[in-house]
This record gives sequence, C-alpha cells and structure tokens, in this order.
Amino acid sequence: MTAFTLYNYVLSGNCYKIRLMAGILDVKYDTVAVDFYPGFEHRQNHMLALNPAGTLPVMTIGEQVLTDTQAMLAWIALNHDPSGTWYPAADPMLGPLVQQWLAFSGRLTNSAGLAGLHSMLNWPIDGEAARRAAIKDLRELELHLTDRVFEGKTWLVGDHPTIADIACFPYVALSPDAGLDHDGYPAIRNWLYAVRSLPGFVTMPGIHHLHELREGADG
Amino acid sequence: MSLEYAKNDWYAVADIFCLRDGPRRTRLLETDITVTGPAEDATVTDDQGNRYPVQLKFDHVWTTLGDSPRPLFDIPEGDEEGRRRVPCGVVRVNCSPLRAVENFLDIAHFPFVHTDILGSEPHTEVSPYKVAIREESDEVWATQVKFFQPQAAKSAGDGIVTDYDYRVPAPTVAVLYKTCPPKPEAQDVIAIFVQPVSETVSDVWPWMALYDDASTFSEMAQFQHEIFVQDRSILENQRPVKLPLDPKMEIPTRADMTSVAYRRWLKKRGAFYGALRDGA
Repeated sequence: MTAFTLYNYVLSGNCYKIRLMAGILDVKYDTVAVDFYPGFEHRQNHMLALNPAGTLPVMTIGEQVLTDTQAMLAWIALNHDPSGTWYPAADPMLGPLVQQWLAFSGRLTNSAGLAGLHSMLNWPIDGEAARRAAIKDLRELELHLTDRVFEGKTWLVGDHPTIADIACFPYVALSPDAGLDHDGYPAIRNWLYAVRSLPGFVTMPGIHHLHELREGADG
Repeated sequence: MSLEYAKNDWYAVADIFCLRDGPRRTRLLETDITVTGPAEDATVTDDQGNRYPVQLKFDHVWTTLGDSPRPLFDIPEGDEEGRRRVPCGVVRVNCSPLRAVENFLDIAHFPFVHTDILGSEPHTEVSPYKVAIREESDEVWATQVKFFQPQAAKSAGDGIVTDYDYRVPAPTVAVLYKTCPPKPEAQDVIAIFVQPVSETVSDVWPWMALYDDASTFSEMAQFQHEIFVQDRSILENQRPVKLPLDPKMEIPTRADMTSVAYRRWLKKRGAFYGALRDGA
C-alpha cells in the first residue's frame, strides 16, 4: 500500500522536492511519468483535468488531488513525520516562518528554476532577466543563512530541518545548471551540504550524493 | 578550428515534435537559422534568405551548410519492425560538441555519475574490449564492451552484465547498441545527434529505438533525460573546453581506448571544429 501517487517529471526541481521529502521520511509512493518535455503533456487535456494550472507535480491521495508543491510537502510532513519537527505548523513563530520560506521557494522556482529551463531546454523566456532575479534571490538567502551561522544554527528556521529547507533546496542546488555557480555564496554552500547529509537523502540529475566525499574525508 | 570541414556534415536541427508550435530559431556552426515545419516537409533558411538542403531521418530534421556534403550515415536497425522510436527533445550543454560525443562513448564513469542505474561500486572495472577504425565505412567502432549494470534500461529489472557496441559514424554523432533486456537476440539502439551551435556550445538530441512493450513513451524518454542530464554538469566543467587532440594533454588509460581512437580519427579526417589541435 503506497501513500500517494506522484505525477512526475524527472528533471523538475518541484517534483524532486516531493521525492526528497518522501525519501527522508521513508514514505512509499507510486509515480506516473509525465512527458513534460519534449511532449508538454502537462498542458494536455487529461492533465489539465487533474490540475487546471498545468503545472507539475500533481499528487493524488486516493480521490484527493493536491496541485501546489508546498501543500504537498505539508501533507507529507503532517501525515508521515511522527516527530512533528518537519512542519511545526502549530508553533506560533516557527509555523509562520516556515510559511514565509515556502513562499520564498516559489520565488526561486520563477527565478533560478526558469533560468535553468532557459539554459538547458531553450525555454522561450527572457533568460537574462531570470538570471538577474535568481542572483537577487541567492543573495537574500545567503544573507539569511549567514545570520543563522552567527546564531549557531544550520537550518532556515528553528533547530531542525523543515519542509522550508526542502522547498528551497532544489533550485538553489541546481543553479549552476543556469551558469550561476555557488562560489560566492559560502553560507549557501554549507547549507546545501547539510541538506545533502540528511539520512534518506535522494539525488536528481545535477544533484549528487555526498557519500564518496565523506568517506574520502574520513579516510 | 575547421569550420569549412564541419559545414559539409549533416546535423539534426529539429525533431518531429518541436516544429508543431511554430518555426525553431536556432544556431548551427555559428550561423543563425530558422527551421520551419511540418517536419515531413521542413525548410531551413538563414537570415540572408539562403535555403539549405533538408532530410528527415531518425525522427529528426537534418540539414547541412556545405556545398559538397558527405552523405548522411544510416542506422538500419532503427527501421526494424516492433521497435519503438523515442526522440527525446534537445538539451543545451555548454561544451564542445566533440566532448559530448566522447562522454557518450565512455563507460568508466558509469558507477560514479550514473550511480545505481548504469553502474555501481564496487563494479567499476572496464574489461578489455576491441576498438577499430573501419576503413570501408570510415567509422570508429568499439565492440565486445561488457559492463555490470544495476538498471541497464527502463525494461531491465535486476542488475545484468550488459554488452555494448559503440559506433561513431560522423564527428558529432555517437550510436550505441546494447543488450535489450526483454529481447536477448536483439540490441537496443541509443544515439546522440549533436548540433554544434559553436565550438563550445552544443544542442544535443538524444534518440532511441528500443524493444520495450511495457514502458510508456514518457517513462522511456525520462530515463534517457535522467541519464543525459547527470552528465551535463560534468561536461560543462571539463577543461580545456575544447577536446584536445594532442595525446600528451590528457593521459588516457586502457578503458579510454575508444576515446583515443575517436581523437585519432578526428585528426586524420581534419575534423577540428570543437577540438584543440596542439598543446596551446
């Protein structure tokens, strides 16, 4: 018995958020491969019937359909995280802060995410504008994570990794695909390393495992 | 560089899907061109109004900018009945077109880049294999390549030892033939057709012709996307960006025999577009 079905495209950072969260919380699910590229299947009628916005991923839990990536992360955490730390929704300060960074992750989709589509799949958008927006977002994140390091903290919010870290991770980690390397963002680099060190971490094309490096460092 | 030589090869510049929503504006060998559909009757023109020859082959639109083009190679297996042909779209990679081909010919990186799919540790050994430049067809061939793979194809269940043959029929094209899990007497065919945008930018068109009745088109195409994009960041970070042909510049090992032959073959032909010719 699987927990949900994911309508998935392997190169999508938003789809990867769901695969990553499910991997970390050891949640089993089914996938349906959607021909996002080159077929643009997400804009065909049978997919629009499921998600009128024509975006991926789409998640179905029985008859229930979720079409917003951040809502899917919330669903997984609220239903499959016994510790309750991944989405501290009821905490009067942490809950709203998680919401804020979930919203920031939406900005990343439209900046670094679009810049990546432009660089890799020749997406018909203004690639330079997307790259400029991505640099602005990366700087904002770098500043926040630098402040967090001064406070002795690792994660975006609170003392534990949350769905906000998962939501912000993919398009930041993938930004070198769009020519935006991480050299100038040391706090981001540390945070990416921390996310990649999480037990149950899974990869996607462009985001690799750390284990070889860690074994090398120890040996 | 040898732009004049490169102009007389044929290049994929569109697939049968991408012209549906209108013409494709693209760049080939530093020349801006427009490919206008339908794919079955496509035209290729440059901004000065010059019209270039076109042929539809392997589910792609091919063109050449040269005055005396060498013939476009064939992949006869692609037409066999029962195969499913999967054009996988185009992926832009900031690398030399020759580096893209060379990477496709390499097996040794499988366990490290395509971990748990095309290879896994500790099964990293590349057994000896045969490499030849076939005089009659003037192609590079590597045969009897064997490698242990956890998930060789979408249609493969558990790990198997996969047999590969590799073929380079043109400087920017690589074709591989590999064990077909559901049909042991046949081989799957996978190719990359590289459209050289410039010497350091490539548009890569992966294409497959498989025996696979179980997977959907999306699953097969995504399997190929996953593999290819795992290579992309590595290709973009190779230095020097152009492929060095001087054997002293990058030291090969036994596992790199195909690459050594490919580089020699490029040199012999004078196919220097995307290559670094001397130690400079």
